[in-house]
Amino acid sequence: MTTWMLRRLIQAVFVMLAMTVIVFIGVNVIGDPIEILISPEADQAERARAVAALGLDKPLWEQYWKFLLGALQGDLGRSFVFNEPALKLIAQRMPATLELALTAVLMSVVIGIPLGLYAGLKPSSLAGRTIMGVSILGFSLPSFWVGLMLIMVFAVQLGWLPSTGRGQTAELFGVQWSFLTANGLAHMVMPATNLALGNIALVLRLTRAGVRENLPMDYVKFARAKGISPSRVVFVHVLKNIMIPIVTVVGLEIGGLIAFAVVTESVFAWPGMGKLIIDSINVLDRPVIVAYLMMIVLLFIVINLIVDLLYTVLDPRVRLENKE
Amino acid sequence: MSELTLDVQGLSTHFFTRAGVVKAVDDISFSVARGRVLGLVGESGSGKSVTGFSLIGLVDPPGRITTGKILFQGRDLTKLDERELRDLRGNRIAMIFQDPMMTLNPVLRIDTQMIETVMAHDNVSREVARQRSRDALGMVGIPSPEERLTSYPHQFSGGMRKRVAIAIALLHRPDLIIADEPTTALDVTIQAQILAEVQRLAREVGTALIWITHDLSVIAGLADDIAVMYAGRIVETGAVEEVLDRPLHPYTHGLIGSVPSRNARGSRLRQIPGMTPSLLNLPVGCAFRSRCPRADAACAADPPDSFPVEGRTLRCFHPQLEMVA
Ligand SMILES: Nc1ncnc2c1ncn2[C@@H]1O[C@H](COP(=O)(O)OP(=O)(O)OP(=O)(O)O)[C@@H](O)[C@H]1O
Ligand code: SF4
Ligand SMILES: [Mg+2]
Repeated sequence: MTTWMLRRLIQAVFVMLAMTVIVFIGVNVIGDPIEILISPEADQAERARAVAALGLDKPLWEQYWKFLLGALQGDLGRSFVFNEPALKLIAQRMPATLELALTAVLMSVVIGIPLGLYAGLKPSSLAGRTIMGVSILGFSLPSFWVGLMLIMVFAVQLGWLPSTGRGQTAELFGVQWSFLTANGLAHMVMPATNLALGNIALVLRLTRAGVRENLPMDYVKFARAKGISPSRVVFVHVLKNIMIPIVTVVGLEIGGLIAFAVVTESVFAWPGMGKLIIDSINVLDRPVIVAYLMMIVLLFIVINLIVDLLYTVLDPRVRLENKE
Repeated sequence: MSELTLDVQGLSTHFFTRAGVVKAVDDISFSVARGRVLGLVGESGSGKSVTGFSLIGLVDPPGRITTGKILFQGRDLTKLDERELRDLRGNRIAMIFQDPMMTLNPVLRIDTQMIETVMAHDNVSREVARQRSRDALGMVGIPSPEERLTSYPHQFSGGMRKRVAIAIALLHRPDLIIADEPTTALDVTIQAQILAEVQRLAREVGTALIWITHDLSVIAGLADDIAVMYAGRIVETGAVEEVLDRPLHPYTHGLIGSVPSRNARGSRLRQIPGMTPSLLNLPVGCAFRSRCPRADAACAADPPDSFPVEGRTLRCFHPQLEMVA
């Protein structure tokens, strides 16, 4: 187990390193931030001073080396625009995105699994077929369009829900969260739903497929032959088997949700990382872009690790292989 | 005949598939008395497993029981609702499935799968249920049962899994056990131990047993009665010595001829020529007629049940009356 963890850590370091190289070259290719940051009337001397101040006069490899040295000390550079540490900017915005994404994950599990079970157990019933039909919409409707429709109906027409911002927040562990206040929760309903829709559909279909695949198996018939209750057959025997793929996919989707939050955050003016990164890309604020992408990669690595650990809890066959 | 544990009358189980109707079990009748062992034999695909599943009401769509009665201790199981059937399953009627690799749930521990069976029917504490599970594992010859309880199925060999399945069937000392090829894949000593255990149960508790197998030699040593199945029908029944010594149906005759021990050493095993017909849209008439040396024009009709000798049934127009060579 410890050697396995160690191996994973070394792998993670290499992935991060490779990522920084790609990102560094990438941001260099998209454009020159000086054009955007400096007013067009600025003279040559002013321009040269700004370039030097941002360290853009150095060759790329030297910029990269400086960045790496800084990164080792937890310094990912300063934002060109805000003149603040990039990491601090991201850390300020991260809780908003995290709570939105995790709420969306929770919704997809709490709504997707029961509906998927129902559709799997009663595939030819009207309700089962309706669930499957509607779930296709969850996949195919574009996120921004659904977001706008939600705002139209629930904010503009009915006036039930607020449509912009985080609302009231409360502090926990030194961080401001919306989910702790009723007003904050009300603000979260629409963006979280918007973000969750695709995933609810995904979890639902995955659950249904798992049920359809597992029900004809001998172990289900044998469990029934033992005379245990139908609910135990479904919730203990079948569910535990289909949780394995569900946990994998949901885990990987958390990363995707955080990345996709960009669209939802823009539509609902949710002050999260997604909005920050969009703004930063617009002004080519390189340190923030690099720091953001590094955080996302780190997040993916951590999530994958957690998924792998959960996997060993769920599937005894994996557990044994790890011991050997 | 109040001693009959099971009395099956005219049972048919058909699968209504897109390609047509598969008459997997077609109008079969047989009975098993208390404490007796019935051997159900027949080639692959003859409907033995479907018969077993029909008895415990676990035939899944597109299959269903179309006609017949299954009298278990006088109650007709085909008339019971799911709840009543569930009270019987695993409790008064247990089934040991054919494929040991797939019958246990791969992600649940053995103790979980055994304890839930005990607690589904008896109002006992977890601790008691656990002890009973451990004892049952010991009974089927699993070494150090206490430790093995916390194992997962994949940590057992195929034979060991089969034994776990047998142990689960024994948990409630049922009145009827349907054992589908229970001892294939087990070595001879374990097989003997399990046979002894089952016979003890039959003697002490009066458990009736249906033993499904290809292997006539197991039947010869264990069963009291035999039912020979061919293409969804029972073609011959009777006491085991009588049927084996004096088979009347040409198919039974062929089966006995193909058992290795019956042949003189060095001589070729006599196989029944031809193959089991597809049960899909089976035409009327005796299903064995394309392979039967005695077939004639009469065999194009369905042979009715006949009772040639006291205690025996037969479905054949031209039974074979001479002795087995
Ligand atoms: N779900 C199903 N749909 C259609 N036909 C089925 C289904 N299940 C079983 N059958 C058919 O029923 C017939 C009898 O099958 P069964 O499993 O009872 O045979 P068996 O005698 O147990 O054979 P074996 O010795 O190989 O176990 C087979 O011809 C099979 O094709
Ligand atoms: S009924 Fe005819 S075909 Fe069928 S087994 Fe008897 S003799 Fe052979
Ligand atoms: Mg079978």
